Amino acid sequence: MLSRIKNGVLGYLKDNIGIIIALFAMCIFLVIFPTTRTTFLTTKNVFNILRQNASNLFLATGMTMVIILGGIELSVGSVIALSGCVAAGCVVFLGLPEIVGFLAGILVGALVGMFNGFVICKTEIPPFIVTLASMNIAKGIALVYTTGAPIRCMTDAFKFPGAGYVGPVPTPVILMIIIFVIACFIVNRTQLGRHIYAVGGNAQAAKFSGINVSKVKFIVYTYTGVMAGIAGIVIASRLYSGQPTAGDGAEMDAIASVVVGGTSMSGGSGRLGGTLIGVLIIGVLNNGLNLMGVDSNWQYIVKGLVILLAVYVDFIRNKKAGR
Amino acid sequence: MSEQYLLEMKNINKSFPGVKALQNVDFQLKAGEVHALLGENGAGKSTLIKVLGGIYIAEEGEIYVEGQKVNIDGVVPARKAGVSIVHQELVLVPYMTVAENIFLGREPGKKLNINRKKMTEDAQKLLDAYEMGIDADTLVEKLTIAQRQMVEIVKAISFNSKILVLDEPTSSISDKEVHFLFETVRNLTKQGVGVIYISHKMSELQEICDRVTVMRDGQAVGTKVVKETTTDELIALMVGRELTNYYTRDFLEPGETILKCEHISDGKMAKDASFELKKGEIVGFAGLVGAGRSETMKAIFGLAAHRTGDVYVKGQKVTIKSPVDALKYGIALVPESRKDEGLYGVQSVQFNSTIEVLNEFIGKLRVDHAKEEKITQKYIDMMSTKTPSQQQIIRNLSGGNQQKVMIGRWLATNPEILILDEPTRGVDVGAKAEIYSIMNELVKQGMSIIMISSEMPEIINMSDRVYVMAEGVVKGCISHEEITQEKIMQLAAI
Repeated sequence: MLSRIKNGVLGYLKDNIGIIIALFAMCIFLVIFPTTRTTFLTTKNVFNILRQNASNLFLATGMTMVIILGGIELSVGSVIALSGCVAAGCVVFLGLPEIVGFLAGILVGALVGMFNGFVICKTEIPPFIVTLASMNIAKGIALVYTTGAPIRCMTDAFKFPGAGYVGPVPTPVILMIIIFVIACFIVNRTQLGRHIYAVGGNAQAAKFSGINVSKVKFIVYTYTGVMAGIAGIVIASRLYSGQPTAGDGAEMDAIASVVVGGTSMSGGSGRLGGTLIGVLIIGVLNNGLNLMGVDSNWQYIVKGLVILLAVYVDFIRNKKAGR
Repeated sequence: MSEQYLLEMKNINKSFPGVKALQNVDFQLKAGEVHALLGENGAGKSTLIKVLGGIYIAEEGEIYVEGQKVNIDGVVPARKAGVSIVHQELVLVPYMTVAENIFLGREPGKKLNINRKKMTEDAQKLLDAYEMGIDADTLVEKLTIAQRQMVEIVKAISFNSKILVLDEPTSSISDKEVHFLFETVRNLTKQGVGVIYISHKMSELQEICDRVTVMRDGQAVGTKVVKETTTDELIALMVGRELTNYYTRDFLEPGETILKCEHISDGKMAKDASFELKKGEIVGFAGLVGAGRSETMKAIFGLAAHRTGDVYVKGQKVTIKSPVDALKYGIALVPESRKDEGLYGVQSVQFNSTIEVLNEFIGKLRVDHAKEEKITQKYIDMMSTKTPSQQQIIRNLSGGNQQKVMIGRWLATNPEILILDEPTRGVDVGAKAEIYSIMNELVKQGMSIIMISSEMPEIINMSDRVYVMAEGVVKGCISHEEITQEKIMQLAAI
């Protein structure tokens, strides 16, 4: 048992050594760089990074599964906006308890995910197109529902999931750990997890293996929708309001995290462990650039280059390993 | 030089990290001859061809074409030296016409104003010169695999090549089409073209080739005149030892009927197939490509959208709507196309071995890795699969070892009825013999096997009985004592 754990840890380090080194290098740079030396490695800042990137991790767990399936999911950013607005709307407009609002937000996410999954399974339309369409639809509904203005909701209960604390630890960090453990369980420890790899690796072969390909896809897109719903609530809660523009571009950060984490866009392979590092790299990068006072317009350029570099290094490494 | 060769490769050496892929290989090709290159997977055939085609550069060695030393250090110099290769995987663009494909990258006319009329005419002239019966204006996607191969050959020839390499050209075409291909090859050799022919099929060598060079472990171990050698001698050269029993088969008295199928149809390729299978029997299914054999089996296995007809397992009528149902009744199917329908290429041997039996080691809360390893190892041992480890990515194994993992995967479900669709396609000779011997063991232990095969020797030597199909219908059944190639062809011909 012990040796198995040791092998697991060693295997994890070996699989992800490139990005782990990259993450450490970034952290060390920020620890010794003059303007960030005093601010980067503080409890407050570390919790800050985790809190700000919790929602990206929720999305990235779903996105990893979708990409292993050989698909893509572009609607998660819009779902964040829609779910946050619905949650705030339930509380403010309908006077419902916060918990009901949160559940409504998650339900909205699940519905969009189910819609994506249903259309992708029942038609031959590629996931890129289907989720591009639902991205616009979800965003449109959010704008129509709110008439474009944020719905403010300042109650303590509403602030809890995004801005609250459990003891000294921010709630999103707790959620982040719970969701990551659940996702790892699904992918690594269930038959469904194996089936995801099988369908993504060779859908035709999966049919011969008696795997219900449509069911697997439907579950994964629904899961991703639920994750986007939860991310929407956490973000709305942190902003004390449901905003129809929240989550803009969140899908791209999630995809970037997954790809930096070493999951191949061609499907059939990938690891959630890598995605976690990918999320942290994107998070530390954003945080570091902010602390260094880099102009936000320049941040995009730096981020783009880092993504390209990370994926390129991984690509070269895999090529050398003959994979 | 006493005799001038069309092509002479001398002392070719090529290594990859950790492997000597080619070791002092000498190879000579005469003008107008068909020269077979024979060897197991990994023997170095493809590496040699890639050196000739300029895809790999040899570290050592010289290449002479018509007595002139040539320096082949890229694909373009190879083409200039007169070498054209038709690869195993066809590389035509499906949505372009035949003419566009033939002249891809060197279209007649100006850069921005292609002379389409001239292009089509020129292409048609080429096609007609070899009596291909193909219209230059057709889209490639509308052609059969064999026709596409013809187009590839015409394209290769159109570079005025003197040396043509055909890499396993018959692996996916029917006997009738093979005949047509051979006609084309003979036409070419009459015009002085030298053909290097790579194939696993011994019967083809006898028919089309003049000489044969056998490769093993990166070395050329012998060159023979085909008429003066025997299949046994060649196989012995290839595997480096005498294969005493190429086909292992003890014909025992079969038991009671275990599977009975009546009027199976999928509404498309399979029209009306009735047959039965007895316990401990290997039943062959012969027929031309497109006869509906695979489709019939898929329908029985629950993979057809609309199946009609009845299936009885051990006398009981059963309803099979999906592969899950089929497995429940003890039926397993190893599909025809390993790459498209079987392999999870980017995954490990272990993943590929256990995907059918996940419920045996994945519980509600934990994965029993020890059990997973045990199951994988059991079938690696049983099939004598050669793999560095269970975690090896399966794509990196040879075809024979991939096929062994595939068969092992389905054996793990403990089937009583095993359907093998082309079990030895793309598998080298040594692994083939091993697969035959395993099939023999399995039926001795009471399993029943249905084997679809397009290889006549395999059908004739392994089957208790053979059903012959044509146009989706079972045309007849021949018992082991009476099987001959002629009888099968009579029934298979439409």
